[in-house]
Amino acid sequence: MLGAIGIGTLDDLLRVPDDVALKAKLEVVPALPEYQIQRRFDYFAEKNPGVEYRSFLGAGSYRHYAPPAIAALAMRGEFLTAYTPYQAEVSQGYLQAIYEWQTYICLLTGMDIANASVYDGATALAEAAIMALGTTGRHKILASRAIHPNYRGVLRTYCDGLDVSVDEIPFDENGTTDLAALAGAVERNEYAAVALQSPNFFGNADTLTQTALEAVKRSGTIPIAVVAEALSLSAFAPPSSWGAQIVAGEAQSFGVAQAYGGPYAGFIASTQEHLRRIPGRLAGKTLDNAGRTAYVLTLQAREQHIRRERATSNICTNQAHCALIATIYLALMGKTGLRDAAALNLARSRELASAVANVDGVKVKYAAPFFNEFVVDVGAPAGGVLSSLQGLGILGGVDLGRWYPELQSCILMTATELTTSGDIAALAAALDGAINVHAHI
Amino acid sequence: MSTPTSKASEPLIFELGQEGRANRYVEEGKPLKAFLPESVLRDDLPLPDNSELDVVRHYTRLSQRTFGIDLGFYPLGSCTMKYNPRVNDAIASRPEFAHLHPYTPDELAQGALQVMYELERSLSSLFGMAAFSLNPSAGAHAELGALLIAKKYFKERGETQRDKVIVPDTAHGTNPASAAMCGFKVISLPSNERGRVGVEEIRAILGPDTAVCMMTNPNTLGLFEDEIARIAAAVHEAGGLMYYDGANANAIMGYTRPGDMGFDLMHLNTHKTFTIPHGGGGAGHGPLGVAAHLVEYLPTPVVTASPQLTFALDFDRPKSIGPMRSFWSNFAHAVRALAYLYANGAEGLKRVSQLAVLNANYLRVNIAEFLDTPYAEVCRHEFVASAQALKRDHGVRALDLAKALLDYGYMAPTIYFPLIVPECLMIEPTETESKETLDGFIAALGEIVEQAKNNPQALFDAPVTTVVGRVDETRAARQPDLRWRPGRTTGSFSEKDD
Repeated sequence: MLGAIGIGTLDDLLRVPDDVALKAKLEVVPALPEYQIQRRFDYFAEKNPGVEYRSFLGAGSYRHYAPPAIAALAMRGEFLTAYTPYQAEVSQGYLQAIYEWQTYICLLTGMDIANASVYDGATALAEAAIMALGTTGRHKILASRAIHPNYRGVLRTYCDGLDVSVDEIPFDENGTTDLAALAGAVERNEYAAVALQSPNFFGNADTLTQTALEAVKRSGTIPIAVVAEALSLSAFAPPSSWGAQIVAGEAQSFGVAQAYGGPYAGFIASTQEHLRRIPGRLAGKTLDNAGRTAYVLTLQAREQHIRRERATSNICTNQAHCALIATIYLALMGKTGLRDAAALNLARSRELASAVANVDGVKVKYAAPFFNEFVVDVGAPAGGVLSSLQGLGILGGVDLGRWYPELQSCILMTATELTTSGDIAALAAALDGAINVHAHI
Repeated sequence: MSTPTSKASEPLIFELGQEGRANRYVEEGKPLKAFLPESVLRDDLPLPDNSELDVVRHYTRLSQRTFGIDLGFYPLGSCTMKYNPRVNDAIASRPEFAHLHPYTPDELAQGALQVMYELERSLSSLFGMAAFSLNPSAGAHAELGALLIAKKYFKERGETQRDKVIVPDTAHGTNPASAAMCGFKVISLPSNERGRVGVEEIRAILGPDTAVCMMTNPNTLGLFEDEIARIAAAVHEAGGLMYYDGANANAIMGYTRPGDMGFDLMHLNTHKTFTIPHGGGGAGHGPLGVAAHLVEYLPTPVVTASPQLTFALDFDRPKSIGPMRSFWSNFAHAVRALAYLYANGAEGLKRVSQLAVLNANYLRVNIAEFLDTPYAEVCRHEFVASAQALKRDHGVRALDLAKALLDYGYMAPTIYFPLIVPECLMIEPTETESKETLDGFIAALGEIVEQAKNNPQALFDAPVTTVVGRVDETRAARQPDLRWRPGRTTGSFSEKDD
């Protein structure tokens, strides 16, 4: 082949100018035959004992049942090794799956349109805020303090780039957004959007009342709903019912592996009026040259590869394969399976709440309706209590003091359909012991 | 019902399904009103119930209507569609990785942290950077992170007047879009007659307002920017930073590094260079590398190691631009990327670049026999060809050649990019293709070009072997139909909840 090219050696072919040629010795991991690579990862796998613990962790990443049929389908090479479906004629299957995903997200959220996915729930919120900034021409965003702290962090990172400030609304004694404060803030008519998460970071239903929605509308502020636990959409009234115009969410709960944080599948859905500002890919239904039904990526004039510096989002690669997994999950579960799974999450989390509330010195902090997670006040520094539980093979939840100084004695606990009564009994027993130790330090 | 080769359309999942076809994955739950007040409760969940068999057939059929690397040659320029080794997926799917919760305490997730640490250290050496963040989810996401770093860096130095980002006209579209998302003004820099950025041209636009110069090397024409050291020196002299778009990193491993070329910031698309399957448009993985003076600004968290090799996630980084995503990294992809590194080592990666460049040049010289290749010199991992003469003489465009290739069982190259080459075809074979595959592609493209001269109508009609013919994109854009709606078709599942 070198002869055909007319070059003597590979080094000649790849030669670069001397002033940039590699001189350092590369320090990368050594080459291994495949069976030894597997052994190397056996070693890493053994050093993740956390997967074996009884876990009550949630907070934006949830352990749900995923039927094996999902992986059997999604891992087919045609799906796995395809690129973004630019050549529609040989990508009809994937394009149709994206169209189905967009439909599922619309049906679940009550919105008119949905995109082909974004990186994750946090970036979905940031991109939703950018949509609202463009629509309103304003330069401030309002966000509830009961939104996932990481989501708010990412929102701030993105807004810093655009010189946009983010103000936060406090939460009240019910663990829900202080709607009086919200109404007061929007009256200044300076916010592009107001974002609420429901169920919020504390697990509670947290939506606009009719009065609050009217204040928001009067001020020309766009209501954004954040959904971090997508399974809740099968039990909770959809965001459209309380006035959300844009929904920014995370679909990890729909069969996507927790995988230490990613990849997941963010989504953005909105009312029709935001069509030209929604970021990312959109699959559309059309016809081919013989009048047959066909699918294609459409409205690409919004996107970075056409608009370049005039684009409102730079997203290119999104999370297609995770969205495919979620689509297949939704197809397999169906309405009945989703309703049953939601009912089990509601039941097990209430069983957990009763069990921990029976422990002396422990109470469930808020009375608001919750989905599958809730705040527990253990009356002692939460970090110490969680460490004690960890010593007994239990991951008791997330220490809320990490983000909320006023919640130093509070733990966010989650139960899903996979949480057993044995798990719950073990946690309650261990909590009793742990609190006795820490309450007296 | 359709067979794999049938052109009968596959119904939507919403048009299938009947009451009573639910799968019993979890036990029956109580009515939801037992747990939630009416005000919170959803009264209607308009989704179909389908048997597992019907779902399996439906998505299997959709897969058969989708072209991936596993089916054939995929010479999509700048996308590096190389073979995705299955061992990487097998390892990433292990329960100890797949089921690990992101809030697992560090001491119970040392294996995951070590995976990230080993990958980070290896990338830093391989590309000559001081450190990498594994936080960004894709290349464009890392570009955004890099420009946020630049913005913060200049702000802290009191140089807020630096608001210009220089982007060559051959750059990927994400470059200018990322710059705009950080409030930078984009200056587009034309390439010279050699298809490269010239030192003098760039000097002319450098100044006290220069923030960042974003470059891809080799560029999207597949040419090595041979004046890169002097360009970097000029940008640095003007007080600006150099950003390396790593989309084309498959061409340089073992021969040069962005750090050696003078870049301060870079991203790598591990879903290109490091064989992570692209999955039909993601998830990607875009590690963000920085030189020593910018390490403090990396997104949070950063994986740290103690001298005893105890690993931790460090969130306490006062100068950081902050988090860029919900959780730490597309970790499953970090696993795949590290497994690929173990399969190759430093020497293996050098071999990867050698064969990628060899394959590209072999295609280039053979395709040049029948199609214009505007920059007739040794290319790197990819090259551009132009159908401009065919268009002028026979009305056949790059698009027509691309569609005709589909009938031969090949994915089409990237077309109409980079923008500076008329009727452009951008071709990247990658190192994993055999000479036989390349010869087959050359023969097919040669036949198509002959046909363009003798029977152009056949190309305007292509593709004809695919499940649909050319798709009406104008109709899709003018009458957007972006979702199915209940009641519009024969869908038979109940819309009312029981």
